[in-house]
Amino acid sequence: MGELLDAFQLGVRAMFAYQAVFFALLAIGLNLHFGYTGLLNFGQIAFAMVGGYGIAISVAQWDLPFWVGVVVGLGAAVILALLLGLPTLRLRADYLAIVTIATAEALRLLFRSVGSTEVTGSTEGLFDFNSSFFTWCPWSVSGRFDILGTRWRGSELWVITIGWSIVLLSCLLVWALMRSPWGRVLRAVREDEDAARALGKNVYAFKMQSLVLGGIFGALGGMVYAVGTGSQNPDQYQNANTFLAYGALILGGAARVLGPVIGAMLLWFIIAFSDSALAALVSGDNSFFGLFEWGDLLSTTDIAYIRFIIIGLGLMLLMIFRPQGILGDRREVMLDAR
Amino acid sequence: MPADQPPGATAASGLSKAPAATTASAPPARLAQAALRDVPWEIGVAKPDPAIVVDGVTRTFGGLTAVSVDHLEVQRGGITGLIGPNGAGKTTLFNLLTGFDQPNSGTWSFDGRSLGRLSPHQVARLGVVRTFQLTKALSRLTVLQNMLLGAKDQRGEGFFRSLVPGVWRKQEAANTEKALDLLARFKLDAKKDDFAGTLSGGQRKLLEMARALMSDPKVVMLDEPMAGVNPALTQSLLGHVKDLREQGMTVIFVEHDMDVVRDISDWVVVMAAGRVIAEGPPESISQNQAVVDAYLGAHHDAPLTVEEEDRVLAEAEAAIAREHGPSGDVLDSETTRKGTQR
Repeated sequence: MGELLDAFQLGVRAMFAYQAVFFALLAIGLNLHFGYTGLLNFGQIAFAMVGGYGIAISVAQWDLPFWVGVVVGLGAAVILALLLGLPTLRLRADYLAIVTIATAEALRLLFRSVGSTEVTGSTEGLFDFNSSFFTWCPWSVSGRFDILGTRWRGSELWVITIGWSIVLLSCLLVWALMRSPWGRVLRAVREDEDAARALGKNVYAFKMQSLVLGGIFGALGGMVYAVGTGSQNPDQYQNANTFLAYGALILGGAARVLGPVIGAMLLWFIIAFSDSALAALVSGDNSFFGLFEWGDLLSTTDIAYIRFIIIGLGLMLLMIFRPQGILGDRREVMLDAR
Repeated sequence: MPADQPPGATAASGLSKAPAATTASAPPARLAQAALRDVPWEIGVAKPDPAIVVDGVTRTFGGLTAVSVDHLEVQRGGITGLIGPNGAGKTTLFNLLTGFDQPNSGTWSFDGRSLGRLSPHQVARLGVVRTFQLTKALSRLTVLQNMLLGAKDQRGEGFFRSLVPGVWRKQEAANTEKALDLLARFKLDAKKDDFAGTLSGGQRKLLEMARALMSDPKVVMLDEPMAGVNPALTQSLLGHVKDLREQGMTVIFVEHDMDVVRDISDWVVVMAAGRVIAEGPPESISQNQAVVDAYLGAHHDAPLTVEEEDRVLAEAEAAIAREHGPSGDVLDSETTRKGTQR
């Protein structure tokens, strides 16, 4: 029982760790794209990558100040969004999906290619770009802090403080936008582009604005992740993360301001909790009602896969019994089913 | 804007043009009808005060010519019905006029301003709004939100301005008031907070029309507004369409129900196979041979009485005989030809 409690504690800790911030920001961007505007962006991780590398390359390779790195990262995300959107947003939704998924993979391969070693560090990655970020930390970076039974290093605490502040501000921004006429047009575009056009709305411009803003959220997520890990490697930005972020979004409820945040936290709770709970189950002498030993059935290496199976099962059950997600409006989702 | 009236003034000017309308209990003078009285019933005829002028517009899809209109003028302030059998190119013409499709050639203008190469939202902003054959209610927006979307020149639709509610709140309140008025007129006010997706088909038609009116349009183009609507609702929709004319708007609508067309239109344009085959006031259309042929086929007029049947048969035989040669009746010509061949 004590092990289960420990696992629970680790799960709670993971809800607030910088990985959760990362996914929350990815999902906030996707929420804007997919939840509100109906854009199928399957390469959100590419925005995170240009954001993270914006800092890493600027600071580690070009010796620029940290804040310049942030500006570079955000600028790169805007440019990426424009490049993706210009040719595809006039076309049907599928084309954006195709282009984004290909771009995410192509960019990762480009960043890890030998030819780009001088800039991106290739597979060796980049280090030492977040030290100035920690000099701004008001408390001791190397100190240890116990908060509600969870242990945090000072540096981690600083990253997540800034990270969750960004999440909070992003949510405020999305909330402010979505209650305005601008947000109403976005939702109209999601429902029917032609109807929005017939009412005099420049659909292309609205889709582009949405793509850029959502991409900026993704880039901010990548920055938090880069600063949190302290190293940059292209393979951290596998496109599977985009789909995990979609999972978080759907879990929390799409087209809800807090949906992606709740979803990301819950996703990380499930991952961390099942990870340590299964590990405890396998390592101890636990048997299934005396029939067989869990340790004989599963090895510690299986756990990494099993937790994703659990997430998959959870999402399936959610889709069957609560298709609107945790925060969603059932009436709204049911309209879609017709 | 080349238009001489601001959009808000259309209703008022419509009234000032017809002062009798406000005093008399009789239906307002159908100005367009009066203006069109002396216009000859010819294809491409010039109207006294055209709002929309179409010149040489063609649109082909591969080998199929969907639309090929040489010249067409639409009278301002009137209801122009656009009819024709399925596949006549009515909806394609609508799409071309509203920028949803671009023609292969030709020019068309609204209030003297060319609409060529304008995108749909630009056309809409000029005051030409349309509805769709398959209603496009924005399902997961409430009825009221649907209405508010229709309003023009919203300050809160700019990205940065939307973040400052003070900039758009007042306009939003005014728009909401207008939307509620319109919803009350269309008897949808009880539904204002429901998702548009929960409305019935007929209510969606009403909503789409009401939403189009939010922008104070000058020209309203209705694509089959009565399709799939029950007869009771048809009457109320008809009333709304007539209201539009009384407010000085120009209405173009596609419809299949001839009773409806006859009832409300001032002028009817008939299309078939992409061309305008006839135009004139509604009463002229049912007598027009080209129209009858287009709808029913050239040989639809099968004889109704025995005498007629005999006469038609005789005519047909004579015609065949003429084709086969100058001499004798049909049978004779057959035999003589066989004879000569041997």
